[in-house]
Amino acid sequence: MTVALFAPCYIDQLYPHVAIAALQVLERLGVVVDVPMGAGCCGQPPSNAGFEKLGEPALASFVRTFAQYDDVIVLSGSCAMHVRSHASHLGASGAHVAGHTTEFCSFLHDTIGLERVGALGATYERRVAVHIGCHGLRGLGLASPSELGVGRFDKVRALLGTVNGLTFAPLARPDECCGFGGSFAVGEPAVSARMGRDRLHDYGRGAADAVVSTDVSCLMHLDGLARRDGVTLPMMHVAEVLAGAVR
Amino acid sequence: MTTLTTRAPLPVLEHATGTRAPTDHSPVDHAAAAAVFNANPSRVDWHDAAIWFAREKRDRAVALVPEWEMLRELASDIKEHTLSHLDEYLVAFETAATANGATVHWARDAEEHNRIVHDILVAAKVRHLVKSKSMLTEECGLNAYLEARGIGVVDTDLGERIVQLRGEHPSHIVTPAIHLTKEEVGETFAEHLGTPVGMSDPNELTAAARVHLREKFLDAHAAMTGVNFALAETGGVVVCTNEGNADLGIVLAPVHIASMGIEKLIPGPNELAVFLRLLARSATGQRVTVYTSHMHRPAAGHELHIVLVDNGRTEQLSRPDFWRSLKCIRCGACMNTCPVYRRSGGYSYGATVPGPIGSILAPGMDLEKYSALPFASTLCGSCTAVCPVKIDIDAQLYRWRQIVVEAGHASAKKQAASRLGGVVLANRFLLSLAGKVMRATMRFVPRSLMRVLAGEWARERELPLPPRESFSAWYQARGDKQVLRSAQDDNHRSAQDDTRRAAQDDNGRSAQDDRQP
Repeated sequence: MTVALFAPCYIDQLYPHVAIAALQVLERLGVVVDVPMGAGCCGQPPSNAGFEKLGEPALASFVRTFAQYDDVIVLSGSCAMHVRSHASHLGASGAHVAGHTTEFCSFLHDTIGLERVGALGATYERRVAVHIGCHGLRGLGLASPSELGVGRFDKVRALLGTVNGLTFAPLARPDECCGFGGSFAVGEPAVSARMGRDRLHDYGRGAADAVVSTDVSCLMHLDGLARRDGVTLPMMHVAEVLAGAVR
Repeated sequence: MTTLTTRAPLPVLEHATGTRAPTDHSPVDHAAAAAVFNANPSRVDWHDAAIWFAREKRDRAVALVPEWEMLRELASDIKEHTLSHLDEYLVAFETAATANGATVHWARDAEEHNRIVHDILVAAKVRHLVKSKSMLTEECGLNAYLEARGIGVVDTDLGERIVQLRGEHPSHIVTPAIHLTKEEVGETFAEHLGTPVGMSDPNELTAAARVHLREKFLDAHAAMTGVNFALAETGGVVVCTNEGNADLGIVLAPVHIASMGIEKLIPGPNELAVFLRLLARSATGQRVTVYTSHMHRPAAGHELHIVLVDNGRTEQLSRPDFWRSLKCIRCGACMNTCPVYRRSGGYSYGATVPGPIGSILAPGMDLEKYSALPFASTLCGSCTAVCPVKIDIDAQLYRWRQIVVEAGHASAKKQAASRLGGVVLANRFLLSLAGKVMRATMRFVPRSLMRVLAGEWARERELPLPPRESFSAWYQARGDKQVLRSAQDDNHRSAQDDTRRAAQDDNGRSAQDDRQP
């Protein structure tokens, strides 16, 4: 099995420690993982803004870069969903990549298993608010969305449940969108900021002392709001917790 | 909420107050209207809370139905089947309804609908009409049309009557006055119904409305209703209400006009059973509405008219990406769940049907006017998950965005940004270069200037703290180190061990060391 890790453009450029943590986790779990240097982005930003054709070269580059792998692990539910939903239009290798692209937490939960993840022995003595990005939640099935009449499950909280000392902050609206939404964050700044602040208030009411997410893009928005408001609340990707990279 | 009101006041837009005329074709600016709505954070607080209450009530009702997902699947299949055989079902419905003694009318558009209704009223010498909530008559602008021709129209649903007295339109399709406080309703009633100034108890206000409306019912010569479901097999129409006003109007007035969009058709009573289990639970969290009225034939001496309205529906049905939007049963659940709707208000959409479903219906009616609506969403997908007939709303929002851009309705700024983004994001070299420039800028340019450069992002948010190098630069440097190490070492360790050790040696420090705690 050949496995590749993809760090989305904004993680590569602004949050390298997240990708490093993810790489460490995978390597400690004995996964032989490549980080090919071809594609830098999945093309979602222009596509979601209505410019699908302008996003296609990036997606095509993604397909070329990852066509040879059995599994492509993407460090973002949103980017993974974009590839899964749109790459199949790009020929046979596009269909292969669409079918074999997975998000980091999905991969750990479904392919590696909780027992082996637990053996990493990470410790994080915090009361965490979990934020699963909407595309990972509803698009990739990382957890049961609160709207659906299905049995309850949550792969992300299951992974974090293996971490020593970590507890969960109860949230009034555990899967309400944070308001980032890519170009929405700048196109609809009033509603976007308000949505983010409402999440921060929910974290406050749940007495959370850290926020852990599957999507750093959501965190970039939430952390930006928190720091503007003078709120100290550490925010990190699931991989950083599992890697023991945070205290 | 201390930093929400610091920006310069924005102009109050017409549609931000719900008085926008349906004939106004200027583009809706959702973001600007939403900013106006958000200038009053406490209103956003309770608007969000009041509507979220309905969503939670819906969740509790759904949790008691183990076969919920099966019902959704069935409902979706029934609607898709009916819509793809609509020609046959419409004719079957007309035949059955006519045999029952109803008169069936066909309206191509809003104008024709209004003319048909007016002609019926003139023929029956009707001066006063009572109406039970019909979003279709809102869509057609019927009230204004009839009032201009000397016919009085009274909306008899409590919420609808409140907004009618205020000269507004519904801000929600199920709870039309959800944007108002009970104090505001008290002021409206004091002004129009003569209730004591300062009355704001919901029970007292409802009692006052009841007395006021009872007179209107007794005065009316005709009653109009919408239609929730029309049954092709029996030719009957079904109206689901909570207040009993539809029934009272129909029973008292000698003429009943039921107006319906052609997408309201379902095959028959067996299928109806599926929808009745979904509708009220999705809309308000009730197991069933208080009244489910089945109307098949006029009472002796009464007339029953059924107006079948197209008004753009056939065109929507012809669009491969959007025809499924016609499955909508108007429950409003997508509005209740939408985090944007709850925080921008129904009027910010400037359309008869607001919220997520409105944002995929309205662009089909007037693409330029409603070109902002597909973007009034984070594409979080909650609407799709909550929808009782499984409309893929978020996917349709995405498709409308592509069409809006193709039609040239994106701003020049957005086009330029996307064009540049498309090139840079597809090219690793340019992306790395842009990243380097960005990190250096963020590091060395003063924070005050950076806020200006970051535009809308930085109005409410701080920028990320820039790391010294990218992940790819770190990874390549690590690879170089590994190559060097394995050349020096004669042991043939597995590449995996090597990688793992390098990771532990490095521990990400070179990229992390610059980040502030």
